[in-house]
Amino acid sequence: MSTVYFLVQQTMFFSIPLLIVALGGMFSERGGVVNIALEGIMVFGAFAGIVMIDAVQSAGIAINGQLLLLLAILTAAATGVLVSLAHAYASIHMKADQVISGTAINMLAPAFAIFVGRVINTRGTQQVRFEDWFHLEKVPVLGSIPVLGDMLFTNAYITTYLGFFILIAAWALLYKTKFGLRLRACGDHPQAADSAGISVYKMRYAGVMLSGVLAGIGGLVFVIPTSREFNATVSGYGFLALAVLIFGQWKPLRILAAAFFFGLLKAVAAGSSGLPLLKDIALPSYFYKMMPFIMTLIVLAFTSRKSQAPRAAGIPYDKGVR
Amino acid sequence: MDYIIEMNGITKKFPGVIANDHITLQLKKGEIHALLGENGAGKSTLMSVLFGLYQPESGVILKEGNAVKINGPNDATRLGIGMVHQHFKLVHNFTVLENIVLGVETVKHGLLSMEEAREKVVALSRTYGLEIDPDAPVSDITVGMQQRTEILKMLYRENEILIFDEPTAVLTPQEIAELMKIMKNLKEQGKSILFITHKLNEILAVADRCTVLRKGKGVGTIEVAGATKEGLSEMMVGRKVSLEMAKSDIDPGAVVLDVRELTVKNKITGKNLVCNVSFSVREGEIVCVAGIDGNGQSELVYALTGLLRAENGQVFLRGKDITRATVRERGNRGMAHIPEDRHKHGLVLDYSIAYNMVLQHYFEPAFQRHGFINYGAVYAYAAGLIEKYDVRCGQGVKTAARSMSGGNQQKAIIAREAEREHKLLVAVQPTRGLDVGAIEYIHERLLEERGKGKGILLISLELEEVFSISDRILVIYEGQIVADLDPKSVTYQELGLYMAGSKRKEGAS
Repeated sequence: MSTVYFLVQQTMFFSIPLLIVALGGMFSERGGVVNIALEGIMVFGAFAGIVMIDAVQSAGIAINGQLLLLLAILTAAATGVLVSLAHAYASIHMKADQVISGTAINMLAPAFAIFVGRVINTRGTQQVRFEDWFHLEKVPVLGSIPVLGDMLFTNAYITTYLGFFILIAAWALLYKTKFGLRLRACGDHPQAADSAGISVYKMRYAGVMLSGVLAGIGGLVFVIPTSREFNATVSGYGFLALAVLIFGQWKPLRILAAAFFFGLLKAVAAGSSGLPLLKDIALPSYFYKMMPFIMTLIVLAFTSRKSQAPRAAGIPYDKGVR
Repeated sequence: MDYIIEMNGITKKFPGVIANDHITLQLKKGEIHALLGENGAGKSTLMSVLFGLYQPESGVILKEGNAVKINGPNDATRLGIGMVHQHFKLVHNFTVLENIVLGVETVKHGLLSMEEAREKVVALSRTYGLEIDPDAPVSDITVGMQQRTEILKMLYRENEILIFDEPTAVLTPQEIAELMKIMKNLKEQGKSILFITHKLNEILAVADRCTVLRKGKGVGTIEVAGATKEGLSEMMVGRKVSLEMAKSDIDPGAVVLDVRELTVKNKITGKNLVCNVSFSVREGEIVCVAGIDGNGQSELVYALTGLLRAENGQVFLRGKDITRATVRERGNRGMAHIPEDRHKHGLVLDYSIAYNMVLQHYFEPAFQRHGFINYGAVYAYAAGLIEKYDVRCGQGVKTAARSMSGGNQQKAIIAREAEREHKLLVAVQPTRGLDVGAIEYIHERLLEERGKGKGILLISLELEEVFSISDRILVIYEGQIVADLDPKSVTYQELGLYMAGSKRKEGAS
């Protein structure tokens, strides 16, 4: 049983950032802007958040760990928005190719994090270290629930619960509000939205900025439970989140399922030496590490055929073309 | 006079053209006012000005006698002006109801509250006899219902002035009749309607008055009562146009094209797009495939012309099996093709007109010299065709195809196809988007081809065209030929029933 608990806990650490970032991508693409800059925004968000944590911790300020984490999350979100604005400006205002603008951000992000990391770091390396003040041994009351408590409320981080909260909020925002209806119209038929008096540009800005918020948070949420230092990378998680978005058919609940699927594969890869069943098979650990990416290829090859991508995603909106 | 909208002396210029030159349009309250003109006459520009999409250089718009400024669709909506665009502006994965409320949603506690909206929509649909299913996704409903959704969008916004931009282009005869009824109904309820069209029958059927535009200028406004088709078309084109084609009787000769049990499948869904179709075309015969858009016509043509591989069945061209032949082999065997989409399959838009004229010939010895293209010969050949077919192009043989008008692009394609050695001409919607003058020209060319003993397979969505020039009508419905009819002994209404799938001939394949 403890193996199952361990696997579920590990899956959460890997799935939640994928979920959050993919939901970010969902808002951008449902509004009509392809955002392959998710990877870069994650790096920026994680970097800003970790630097902030490091600054507080090395200054010796005594602060509640969970509060510090929340502040770091806000920092990451704000940074994400700033970076996403660059992408929004290029792809909405300047009608640039959205893939190129996204690629530019992806290339800039690690370079920026390494450069600034080295400048501000007293040790002269790019790694930014932090202490883990955020780990929850056991959540009071909830952690005592049999089975469920062991799975979700022990050995956890509040980021897990934040992820589920974001999922519910994203679902409601997309399907139950005026904003969501209008955003979806802009992604599928911007001319229809325009003729109904909706500003396509504003809605698309909003979509991209939301993706910036979530990708920024996602970057931080990825680093915190799995590492004690930030090394200017989020290991391709932004791209994996894009795969989750596509596998999830741009719909929140399917994205959740897809994120768990990839998260589980990652957890198996990370824990392959410790899992009794897999230990006996004795395949090289690289095999398990490949799995999430090989599965991505296979799954996308089979699902992309009946893709339900927003029809106008990737096409700059031009009022003149009717 | 109690005009609800007056557009006085509207002038709108685009680089190089005056799209609207001091046009005046006066819409009375509670009338159906038709706006008639050829393509490029400035109808759409004028309506875009009224809808706030363009700002005119000069002229004023009056609403009930007061000058107004319309800067965008939001202003137009505020003034009670609504528009059904020619290409519907509906989000395909939204329900009918969601499409109607988009932009004017009702919200409770920050969440959408669709119930109120639903009640209002259902009430409106009852009042005006607009039958819809509010919860059906738009991608699942018929074109007719999509149009009713668009009309409800305007009514939901309580618009008083309704603009219909070529609303009948996509409808079956039954749906057109239904729409005419709806329009009259709207008028009785006090709405004022602007109706853009180039179909004369429809104007005579519903409009009270008609304003005619020609080449950006207003020709005049007339009362429709007492007007005739001939009179209207003369006003529109500026000269007499023969609406009836004089067609001589020709005895069809040998079979040119023989199609046997042809089936084309959608590669992804595996659905039959063309199902077990058999027919033949003979020399000196115009066989028309009639049907509502999207019933397999395009795929049938793709399979015949080699753009798509047939799943099953055979195609014989002059007795030889060409089912698996390449496009070039088919051409050399005597198939000419006027494609449906002249931009996608007809012309290389960024090539000059001369290069386009030799797209299928450049490899022939006449245009080759030592393995290089003989441009002298190419230009001479193209110049000859331009002259012969009266293709209007600014810079002669070197004019970029993209810069030419639709009618002249089509003439260029016809010149190219008619001049190559051929026995069979496959013409797909050859008059699509063209005005009366150009249509007349193209119909004359097709009848000329017929006179020369060529077999012609015509794919058309226009019933008038079907009746005026074809010798035989094959009706296609959901990929099957459901009837083989003689245009002399069938009525519009009957043909419409076959096209809508509610009737089918015994023994048809």
